Amino acid sequence: MYDIKGYYDAETVSEATALLAENPNLKLIAGGTDVLIKLHGGQLEGAELLGLRKIKSLEHIRVADDGTIVIGAMATFSTVFNNPILRELIPILTEAAISMGGPQIRNIATIGGNVCNGATSADSASSLFALNAQLKLQAKNGERLVPIREFYLGPGKVALNPGEILTEILIAPEDYKGFGGQYIKFSMREAMDIATLGVAVVCKVQSGNFAEVRIGLGVAGPTPLRCLEAEEYAKGKKISSETLAEIGKLAVKSAKARTSWRASKEYREHLVEELTQRALKIAVVNAGGAELV
Amino acid sequence: MAYTVVGQSVSRVDAVAKVTGKAKYTDDFSERDMLIGKVLHSPYAHAIVKSIDVSKAKALPGVEAVLTYKDLPEIRYATAMPGVIEAIATDEVSVAELKYGTAGHPFSLDSSHRDKEDRHILTQKARFVGDNIAAVVATDALIAAKALKLIEVEYEVLEALTSTEAALKEGAPLIHDDCERNILASGGYEIGNIEEAFKDSDHVIEGEYETSIVQHCHLENQVSHAYVDSDRRIVIMTSTQIPHIVRRIVAQSLGISWGRVRVIKPYVGGGFGNKQDVTIEPLNAAMSLAVGGRPVKLELSREEAMIDTRTRHAFKFKIKTGINQDGKINGIHISAVSNTGAYASHGHSIASSGGGKFRYLYPTKALKYDPITVYTNLPVAGAMRGYGTPQIFFAFESHIEDIAKKLNMDPIEIRKKNLVEVGFVEPLSKNKIMSCAIRECIDKGRELIKWDAKKALYKKQSGDKRRGLGMACFSYASGTYPVALELAGVRIVMNQDGSVQLQLGATEIGQGSDTVFAQMVAEILGLPMYMVHVISTQDTDITPFDTGSYASRQTYVTGMAVEKAALEIKQKVLGFCHSMTDTPAHLLDLKDQWIVFKESGEKVQALEVVAMQSYYDRVHAQPITSDVSNNARINAIPFGVTFAEVEVDIKTGKIKILEIYNVHDSGKIVNPLLAEGQVHGGVSMAIGYALSEQLLFDEATGKPLNNNLLDYKLPTIMDTPKIGAAFVEKEDPTGPFGVKSLGEPPIVSPAPAIRNAVLDATNVAFNRIPMTPQRVFEKLKEAGTI
Amino acid sequence: MFKRIAFTVNGKAYNFEVDVRESLLDVLRNHLGFTGAKQGCSVGECGACSVLIDGTPYDTCIYLAVWADGKEIRTIEGVAAKNGELSDVQKAFVEEGAVQCGFCTPGLVLTTTAMAESGKEFTQDEVKRELSGHLCRCTGYQNILKAAEKSLEGHVCTCVDSPHYKG
Repeated sequence: MYDIKGYYDAETVSEATALLAENPNLKLIAGGTDVLIKLHGGQLEGAELLGLRKIKSLEHIRVADDGTIVIGAMATFSTVFNNPILRELIPILTEAAISMGGPQIRNIATIGGNVCNGATSADSASSLFALNAQLKLQAKNGERLVPIREFYLGPGKVALNPGEILTEILIAPEDYKGFGGQYIKFSMREAMDIATLGVAVVCKVQSGNFAEVRIGLGVAGPTPLRCLEAEEYAKGKKISSETLAEIGKLAVKSAKARTSWRASKEYREHLVEELTQRALKIAVVNAGGAELV
Repeated sequence: MAYTVVGQSVSRVDAVAKVTGKAKYTDDFSERDMLIGKVLHSPYAHAIVKSIDVSKAKALPGVEAVLTYKDLPEIRYATAMPGVIEAIATDEVSVAELKYGTAGHPFSLDSSHRDKEDRHILTQKARFVGDNIAAVVATDALIAAKALKLIEVEYEVLEALTSTEAALKEGAPLIHDDCERNILASGGYEIGNIEEAFKDSDHVIEGEYETSIVQHCHLENQVSHAYVDSDRRIVIMTSTQIPHIVRRIVAQSLGISWGRVRVIKPYVGGGFGNKQDVTIEPLNAAMSLAVGGRPVKLELSREEAMIDTRTRHAFKFKIKTGINQDGKINGIHISAVSNTGAYASHGHSIASSGGGKFRYLYPTKALKYDPITVYTNLPVAGAMRGYGTPQIFFAFESHIEDIAKKLNMDPIEIRKKNLVEVGFVEPLSKNKIMSCAIRECIDKGRELIKWDAKKALYKKQSGDKRRGLGMACFSYASGTYPVALELAGVRIVMNQDGSVQLQLGATEIGQGSDTVFAQMVAEILGLPMYMVHVISTQDTDITPFDTGSYASRQTYVTGMAVEKAALEIKQKVLGFCHSMTDTPAHLLDLKDQWIVFKESGEKVQALEVVAMQSYYDRVHAQPITSDVSNNARINAIPFGVTFAEVEVDIKTGKIKILEIYNVHDSGKIVNPLLAEGQVHGGVSMAIGYALSEQLLFDEATGKPLNNNLLDYKLPTIMDTPKIGAAFVEKEDPTGPFGVKSLGEPPIVSPAPAIRNAVLDATNVAFNRIPMTPQRVFEKLKEAGTI
Repeated sequence: MFKRIAFTVNGKAYNFEVDVRESLLDVLRNHLGFTGAKQGCSVGECGACSVLIDGTPYDTCIYLAVWADGKEIRTIEGVAAKNGELSDVQKAFVEEGAVQCGFCTPGLVLTTTAMAESGKEFTQDEVKRELSGHLCRCTGYQNILKAAEKSLEGHVCTCVDSPHYKG
């Protein structure tokens, strides 16, 4: 039994936003894999829940006419992983999806819930950061688009205003077309685990040089983050072990790792340096570049 | 010997019940209007309750009772039969003040051999984060949880002693007033003269090793329900390995006579030693008594169970070994500090038992062991699969590897040079090695992993991923003789059709003992398996007395009683047949549900006919039953070895097990399929022990950091490599059908074997487990490898 | 607060009011007596409470009962035939020694059943991944994997040329 005071279902987005406007105390629940666990742990008490599970329109994944990838916030991790479009166009997201939890969790946890939970360890986050994802937030009186980097404000804190619902995650064509990527989740266990570090990279390769590199990291700071200095450095550089080594070093500069009982700052930074390079090596090949040996 | 059922991989007798969901565990039974009990745990590791106000909690609608350390029902009166006043030795002491020991050991008539009595049902002094301060009984779980929050407690917080060093330091506060320097107990043994042995040695080599606190993580948490029956006796259904001991300890904790408690144990979802202890049952009984005997359920959440049941003792070892140039060990001196946490539970027995089982593997001229067991303000350590041996063998099997490396000796040869032989009489226990196949086990393991070829291949490596091989040996015991009583009770009743009911005091907790016992009975009585009906539920009102399932004692110790009971049935059947057919019983045997001539196999009488006659003969009717106890005053020593191959990702510190084999000398294997299952499970648990599992606490406050299944890293299926299990079957003359123990042994040697393989791969010795990626990284960095 | 929901369990229809605070596990075990679903952690970490909802495995401890409205639920009690004959998956678990204490068994049998009935092909790694939401402390997963592979015979591809070759 959960300490729930009330439970309401919305069947459409407008119904949900209307209910939210009426009762700002409503706590949104999508797959429940975060909310219910908080209730179990006592971090949330006497909750009034607004369930989004009946809003089928939010489960769709499609490519818009302009090439923008549109992922409904209520798409589960299993749906994301199994979606042929995403697997072809942005495999770093589907790989991140399959690395999350176990099958039963993936069958119910949603990508929107994962993002709105605001955890730096969110398995989708480093990939969505590397892909420059935009979030569509809907309120009763309108909608707005927020880049994912501006959405994560702090541990468990996101830029979701009262009354707003995350409806879609958008990835623009210029952010994924022509890129190759790689995602690495480093954790103690191969399943059912929280990442010690999540690394997602995408790159564009032009005649042996990096045309563009984007690096998203999870658990390297209080929020997921990008390694802008490393990315800037990489631009136009020859793809070589030396360049990768330098990118690895610069990536550490962007990281804001802290020591916790889960891992030390030093170890996390070491992993950032090492795994960024490992991910990039494969990303280069995925982007059509030559394999570094 | 050739057997027909023993030695066969028959399916478990409870497999169908378990794959269909019909197998019922404690929480699957319910009583109407069952109330829910919950415990108020101390948020402080070391604190005294200055005041406690339960008035708000009591006033919450739905709350039926609130209990505190000063307010426990006086059960002796609450359960007394009308008009009868019990004469009890502890009459002067209120229940709240009664102290009891929780360890699941047989009672001892010798008071000096009893477990330390240091626990109250509810305490005024918190000794670990999670200690039981108060309890609530309410109509549902949410109300109970709310009520807990309404209990107002004022604590005087004391210094939290979260390590053995802190607990032992001069002037440290005492966790228990009667234990100087927080030492629960000390004392081991000395065989021969250790100093002389060192003097006689070419080399004296020292090493230090450390193991961590881990938890059993059986899938079914501790759960029980209790009520007072119409005859005023307390009935407790609980998930336990030791129903008869639970009965005794609950009675002791409440100060009532033992016959006033009835304990029922249905199917159990794993125990691994954690349920060889009495944890929630006394409080559950008190909860029911507080509400007039109504049924109350007490179920621990995973978060609670991981800190408020038992853990495995963490050990720190210092080892000194005197050895000759030729590899022969002269003397071993092992010092150990064992961290038992806040209460004694199995306490010093763990250190003693580990040191005891170690004595069989490498007999030396001199062997000295001096362990101390120290109280700290951490969760209570108790019994866990291996009972002190995973710790001491991790230390010594790492140490001997270090010695081999130092002396440039082959790690297998150095062990072989020192291994025990048949005929060795261990000087302290006087247990004699009657069978020993450790050498054959080593040879088999070496072959399975292709040791020699791979060793050569991995000699020179420099890349980011390096491979290595390691091995480690162990010895164990079958039950606890001569340390404790090894009594087992078995009852067999033959039905009219010749089938039998088999009833045991030993408990099935997943290990497969019911199946193995049924196989023994089937073998002796010439019955097919489906005609042996095992009654898996233990009920102390009905079940023969047996101290329970622990110490890998069932197949060997209870097996002896099973054999005795079945032989008695056989004798009675043949005797009855004799009376029916005038064929002397000594000429007869049982085969395929027939009484046959022993020599020719010629059929004499169908078993069913004899069985029917035994029930309904108008003159001689006397149904065929047996009800025996067996006191096993002997032991058989099993051995075994692990071979492991690992790959270390030098840059990330991640260790991957490529291959792992456990080869066991457990005597005759009664059921190879089930035996393999025991090995798989033990090795898997040991892999966690070696690489990932550790209960973590905040050093300053003693607060647990990872008491849940997400943060405590027990292996998933994706983390578990293929595990090879093999046996060298040499029948031990002392055991029933030649068996020796197998339940716990598989967990003993994998951790040091993995550690030795990592040493082989990286040239860096890890003397502390678990070897988590971060620790490996730090150590490799320290060594200059990265 | 109560909500009326309609759903089926093992083919039988139910329609009643549930307390919104209850998980599906609460309802299955405490109200309907489907005790084959076990509670091991309450937070979706162990998989002992898994059942099939519209053919897909979910952890019922973190599945609100109200969400079961309109769903077809299958529990371990609904896996064997009505006459008691075990399903192929159940037989494989019995024969391969995949059962020890049995607490994780119902969930694993159900997840394996979902795989077997999906008609999909799996590599060995995929089989492991599909089972990875179930913790087991007794078996080291060895015989569970064997039982699952046996259940999926024909679905675990063994031809070397195939991308599904299990190696």
